[in-house]
Amino acid sequence: MSGKPRATVFEPWESAERQHQAMLFGLWIFLATEVLFFGGLFLLYAHSRFLDWAGFVVGARETNVWFGTANTIVLMTSSLTIAVGERAVREGWARLGRWMLWATALLGATFLVVKGFEYREDIVEQLFPGADFRLASTGGTQFWDFYWVITVVHATHLTIGIGLVLRLILLDRAGRLGRQWMGAEVTTVYWHLVDIVWVILYPLIYLVGR
Amino acid sequence: MDREFRHIVFVPVLVWIGLMVLLGLSLAYAYWPAGLAKFAVGLAIAAAKAALIGAIFMQLRKASAIVQLAAASGVAWLSLLFLFSFAEFLTR
Repeated sequence: MSGKPRATVFEPWESAERQHQAMLFGLWIFLATEVLFFGGLFLLYAHSRFLDWAGFVVGARETNVWFGTANTIVLMTSSLTIAVGERAVREGWARLGRWMLWATALLGATFLVVKGFEYREDIVEQLFPGADFRLASTGGTQFWDFYWVITVVHATHLTIGIGLVLRLILLDRAGRLGRQWMGAEVTTVYWHLVDIVWVILYPLIYLVGR
Repeated sequence: MDREFRHIVFVPVLVWIGLMVLLGLSLAYAYWPAGLAKFAVGLAIAAAKAALIGAIFMQLRKASAIVQLAAASGVAWLSLLFLFSFAEFLTR
């Protein structure tokens, strides 16, 4: 173990401490806008459920709880690996950090693959709102509208997260990650937010009407 | 226990175990035939998981006040969105 690395200070910051505060503040303002972005979709969910509760629950029962539970385990485990990875990078445990970043990227990819199989099953079972959709109720249609929109938006966020983790791996290969641990922190906090969105989606999508 | 090991590995693993236990609880409760207020319990467990991730994984517990405020602002505005929207839906 090589000891705690010093941070690279970028323009216009005078000290690493100021850069760190500004970076976290900016990051959390961005995350607050993300909360409102997903929050608008959650409002759609709440309103649809309120309008046609019975149809909504019939629609929600069609989801496959095992895909959802498996993916929740995968994503919460990726939150563990990235948390350990970021702490390791910051404390100078470079090897552990490297392994944990790779594990995170792989777990993120695993989530997307599982989601792909789930989408395949949903389409085969005619659960995509449109001409062949088999649940003819307002609530059922609105549940599946919500399902497709929010899971695709979430998967897009996760894909961006995987890209950010791969960037950290490249920085590490160039030998610069140790001094740019703040970059690792930004990616990590973003990744956890994507995890939190899924944690809230889990009871909304998979546990309704069981 | 070594302080560094505790910070880097032990604490995150403890949080992960907590998250897994909560996931098991929410799944089991949703299938429990006699379960009451399942939707509220499911959401409460999700909120507990989010709080664990936020406080420890995202390090909000030790963050400066300005960062904690920025984080709280998202939730505060979201609650206004729900409050005013449902004030309208429920009184039509």
